[in-house]
Amino acid sequence: MALNNDWAVEAHGLVKVFGDNRAVDGVDLSVRTGTVYGVLGPNGAGKTTTIRMLATLLKPDGGEATIFGHDIRREPQIVRQLIGVTGQYASVDETLSATENLVLFSRLNGLSRADSRRKATELLEEFGLAEAAKRPLKKFSGGMRRRLDLAASLISQPPLIFLDEPTTGLDPRTRSQMWDTIRRLVSTGSTVLLTTQYLDEADQLADRIAVIDRGIVVAEGTADELKSSVGSASLLLKLADAANLERARLAILDVLGVESVLTPEAGRITAPMSDPGTITDLLIRLRAEDIAVAELAVQQPTLDEVFLALTGHGATDEETPSPAADAADPVDPAAPTAPAATELENAR
Amino acid sequence: MTSLTITPGRSRTLKNHVSVAQTVQNSFSMAYRGLLKIRRTPEQLIDVTLQPIIFTLMFSYIFGGAIAGSVADYLPTLIPGILVQTVITTSVVTGVQLREDMDKGVFDRFKSLPIARIAPLAGALLADTVRYAIATTLTFAMGFVLGYRPEGGIGSVVLAGLLVIVCSWAISWIFAFFGVIARSASSVQGISFLVLFPLTFLSNAFVSPDTMPPFLQWFVNINPVSHLVSAVRDLANAGAWTSDAWISLLGAAVIVAIFAPLTVRAYMKKA
Repeated sequence: MALNNDWAVEAHGLVKVFGDNRAVDGVDLSVRTGTVYGVLGPNGAGKTTTIRMLATLLKPDGGEATIFGHDIRREPQIVRQLIGVTGQYASVDETLSATENLVLFSRLNGLSRADSRRKATELLEEFGLAEAAKRPLKKFSGGMRRRLDLAASLISQPPLIFLDEPTTGLDPRTRSQMWDTIRRLVSTGSTVLLTTQYLDEADQLADRIAVIDRGIVVAEGTADELKSSVGSASLLLKLADAANLERARLAILDVLGVESVLTPEAGRITAPMSDPGTITDLLIRLRAEDIAVAELAVQQPTLDEVFLALTGHGATDEETPSPAADAADPVDPAAPTAPAATELENAR
Repeated sequence: MTSLTITPGRSRTLKNHVSVAQTVQNSFSMAYRGLLKIRRTPEQLIDVTLQPIIFTLMFSYIFGGAIAGSVADYLPTLIPGILVQTVITTSVVTGVQLREDMDKGVFDRFKSLPIARIAPLAGALLADTVRYAIATTLTFAMGFVLGYRPEGGIGSVVLAGLLVIVCSWAISWIFAFFGVIARSASSVQGISFLVLFPLTFLSNAFVSPDTMPPFLQWFVNINPVSHLVSAVRDLANAGAWTSDAWISLLGAAVIVAIFAPLTVRAYMKKA
């Protein structure tokens, strides 16, 4: 362990098999201390299973991993003292109040009764849950539950925190609050390993990203490296008058030199873009041709596009996994996953 | 964040094992959670509150005249019997709730904490002794209302109650085992009652075994539940600690010795 002192997580060839489904099929991960590492992938890709193995919740069927140099199989109890885990669904006790939850987890972390109370009050204050402290969790919103969950993971101030899809199913405002919290965490010296289905979340938070698909890492690098492998942006155009569609497509072909696509929602055109600067030329041309534009947007590549580029199949293919794959990546049926994902994709 | 820096992972000195003292402390913390849960969801106490009342009333008025000539004469036989049956039935809930609990997200957190692995299990079982105590108290109280006056005195009655609680706690390990290995809470309930009904009804809890066919008598006489019922009767009605009490305790110890390791092993495998 003297050799690689700055690695918080090192995993080599992690394998987990459920029946005849290889949920995780040889994953390598190296996370540097003090950074945020994003594991990006669709439902059923093996993200949760990977995290559960690293967090000692599941025994790997193959490969090895260390947390700050401690083997997850031989020294699980040490690893547990170094990590905080926030699950995909809230891993807090629904029947208890927020305070009772935090006091319980503090007690289990070895704090005295008085210290536990103080810690609970402190964390509730910090996560903006002070007014809801005594309310039973059943009355909590999704965002409040996630915050409490994260607060519970921070009791022992662990140097490594696993966040499994911390914002799945949250509304955009709560989502950006969560992002701020995660950023503050890192500034105190924590290392964060998070999984997400959203490219922009990984983009916003992570220093490095691993794209995982069908149990293997298909790409690894910084957000910029990943995006440049996909192409920089796509243009979205909506016309005031659908009659002009064909003329507009001709103009795009002429100015941008690319073939555009008519989206199923009538009146929308999308086109891949390499140089956002050329958009001005296109707009001038459209005005010259008297084609009125109702809406125009330049978008980042979506996760689906990244996937298509990296794996040759879209992320949405995985949204309806086989029953076996479902078991591999256990998702609380109550937690909104796939529908919420599409919602957010559309919102963007 | 409240503290500005976090102690780096490399510079912490940590142990890979859990001490006995920590195990006990963790178990009590988990038991505290169990009690909080009971307080938050008092409706789950319905079985331990209503069952003693309804069953005691029903059985004494239905069978009292037929078996012992009158309700009052039947009570010294019935109350210890129904007490044992009620409290043991209550211990099934331990397994059912354990299953429900283990399916919840919060168990993931317990498993990721540096606590004794057995603590969530031990804590749940410990907290349930409160339920047994409630059922015991209510059954005796109901008997008292109906006119039952135990000759053994209050001390012996308390001792009898404790004996029942200890034995039921031991038996709850069996249902905890089902709870850990079963797939769903309802299947735990199913298997448990399949075990429980023959065990509680094929005993001397409600009638003397003298009228039963020989093969049944044989079973009734070796049934540990019969010994427990006899022990409670001797204690409550005569204030005597008999060999049946020792046999009951021995049986309880044997059950724990077999099922506690089995349950813990199955639990660890899942954990």
